[in-house]
Amino acid sequence: MKKGTFKGGVHPYEGKELSMNKPTVQLLPKGLLVYPMSQHIGAPAKPIVAVGDRVLMGQTIAEAGGFVSSPIAASVSGTVKEIRPALTVSGAMATAIVIENDNKYEPVEGLGQSRDYTKLSKQEIRDIVRDAGIVGMGGAGFPTFIKLTPKDDDAITHIIVNGSECEPYLTSDYRMMKEEGEKLVDGLRIILQLFDKAEGVIAIEDNKPEAIAKMEKLVQNEKRIRVQVVKTKYPEGSERQLIYAVTGRKINSSMLPADAGCIVNNVDTVISIHMAVAECTPLIRRIVTVSGDAVVNPQNFCVKTGTLYSEVLEAAGGFTEKPKKLISGGTMMGMSLFDTNVPVTKTSSALLAFKEDPMDLVPEGPCIRCGRCVDACPENLIPQMLMAAAEKFNDAKFEAVSGMECMECGSCTYVCPAGRKLTQALKQTRRSILDNRKKK
Amino acid sequence: MKELYNVSASPHVRSGVTTRSIMRDVAIALIPASAMGVYRFGFKAFLVLLSAVVSAILSEYLWTKFVLKKKICFTECSALVTGLLLGMNLPASVPLWMPVVGSAFAIIVAKEFFGGLGQNFMNPALAGRCFLVICFAGRMTDFAVEKSSRLFYYGASAVDGLSSATPLAVIKDGGAYSLKDMFLGFTGGVIGETSALCILIGAIYLLVRKVISLRIPVAYIATVAVFMLIFGGHGCDINYVACHLCGGGLMLGAWFMATDYVTSPITKAGQVVFGILLGLLTGVIRVFGNSAEGVSYAIIFCNLLVPFIERFTMPRAFGVVKVKKQKGGAAK
Repeated sequence: MKKGTFKGGVHPYEGKELSMNKPTVQLLPKGLLVYPMSQHIGAPAKPIVAVGDRVLMGQTIAEAGGFVSSPIAASVSGTVKEIRPALTVSGAMATAIVIENDNKYEPVEGLGQSRDYTKLSKQEIRDIVRDAGIVGMGGAGFPTFIKLTPKDDDAITHIIVNGSECEPYLTSDYRMMKEEGEKLVDGLRIILQLFDKAEGVIAIEDNKPEAIAKMEKLVQNEKRIRVQVVKTKYPEGSERQLIYAVTGRKINSSMLPADAGCIVNNVDTVISIHMAVAECTPLIRRIVTVSGDAVVNPQNFCVKTGTLYSEVLEAAGGFTEKPKKLISGGTMMGMSLFDTNVPVTKTSSALLAFKEDPMDLVPEGPCIRCGRCVDACPENLIPQMLMAAAEKFNDAKFEAVSGMECMECGSCTYVCPAGRKLTQALKQTRRSILDNRKKK
Repeated sequence: MKELYNVSASPHVRSGVTTRSIMRDVAIALIPASAMGVYRFGFKAFLVLLSAVVSAILSEYLWTKFVLKKKICFTECSALVTGLLLGMNLPASVPLWMPVVGSAFAIIVAKEFFGGLGQNFMNPALAGRCFLVICFAGRMTDFAVEKSSRLFYYGASAVDGLSSATPLAVIKDGGAYSLKDMFLGFTGGVIGETSALCILIGAIYLLVRKVISLRIPVAYIATVAVFMLIFGGHGCDINYVACHLCGGGLMLGAWFMATDYVTSPITKAGQVVFGILLGLLTGVIRVFGNSAEGVSYAIIFCNLLVPFIERFTMPRAFGVVKVKKQKGGAAK
């Protein structure tokens, strides 16, 4: 079959071999568990437990704080120790519920019971997904039930499972497809039950032949599901680029995937949907890749949300030497950490540790207009002009050259021979323009 | 307090390509053509290239140190490329002060005056060359051809020297020239332009290393070919067209000067437009102009049009649909 792809993009060193061939390890937390109230896009969740309460594993401890929001469930049983601001991945402080683990893992009633979802109505499925606190686990954290509730169900033609995992070093989706492929297909079946006219597509990059083979075998007898091989290139897993690779339809920054008849979900999200709907388990765990050249045993862990990164790191054997840089997420779009005492949230895909920081090595020089950023930009922009506008704080010019279409994928900074920090400048300008719009 | 880790906004990785590695690749790609020049025109050609390069690097050094009073930063190697290209654009017969003056002009006036690397609006090497052509026209068009490969050769008056017109001048006057000699480089001309073959070898290296793309050179050369077919006055004479493509500075200009990042459009469509304009202008100058050569002037003139070309060739962002202008009242 023809490989789907898009124009532009880059191909950084993949580094996936470090962790891709090791089975995922279950990790039980030892210390305190921290649940920030903001693990998703939208309004922060509101705590519904009080300090001193005893909570059970799977119990909802915070309810959605608005329509675009998501509830949070406890991943262990124990006692609510405090509700206080805690350091999060972004470096900011956020209100968090801190739970002391009693190591009993006593479940709430009904947790893990199997359920026949074919008898559920569409609305029931959506409610379960919402109450299970499922959000996009690829990194953005958009509440999944909203994605699954488009204006017109019949207009949806493609349910795309994003198994491209284009970020370097990340192998969590790959491991999941290999180890829990059945659950993935089942999760996709559940979504397809909501959309009668849709086809399920599992998109996988061609650097994961084993996952492709496994998934193709699993969908052999599925009439409505197929596997689509896509080219290994960053950012193949970006929503807009993936939709184009699979369907040939294009969307821009002001459109939703549903406008192109698509809904895109990450692998772990779809498995979480399966767990919520078919196994009555809310989102209380996620797969985290621990990798990088400064980690003793790079591998994947199935981590209870709320576990501190420092514990995950310890489970991977710690550092070979003191790293210069720690990243939560992938190397292209992840956030750097200055401290490992931050909790794993619903959207933490990886913890990477590196001996060197490549951003440190090259001094920033003048732009020589080589056009590499233009070739690399998957959004067909001219990052060089955007940066020139950004440097002059010329917001009007920035918008005139389509700056708001930028999705901050990092490709331009990656290729820039002069070491210019294009993405960073673009990001800052975009955010300031968005903030100014809100003020008006 | 314990040490913290580095924090920066994403992305956290870089490709290995740097400005320095690009300039190094260009310098490597210029080696075959320069070597051919030295082989053809003798040791004097080497001295011309050397003085041009040394002068370019020295000019940049002195300017940054004494005028800008900045820390010296040679990591970019761009002065080396500018100097080498200027040297390759001079006849071997010029006195050695000319490459020195030309390089100094290229670096200081054409580049540093306008803000240094990345800011010049005109190809510095060509600006240097045109400066020399205008000021010292006689010496710049003294294309002596060294017959033997004698090591020391200082100018047209040497016994073995044979002053000859360039192939393009011969063709313009109605003569004919051996295409094979022109392709291999056994003709008169400036040091670096004579051998189309050597230039193409360097160009292929740049293409393989992805330093340049085909857009500008192919658009340029194809336009010249078409122009010559239509306006050359020789009908469908393939030999005549091929002579025009191999002759003069077209190959060197198309592959190495028109593709200069700083002075060519950054938009992809713009690069094609740029190439076509270059081809048209070169054709006009060669066929209708006084001079047999047109590449240098075509390039520096089109350099000036770059901002304009970019403005009209802005690509549309991914997924953005062109908004059709609604005609008044039609929507009702």
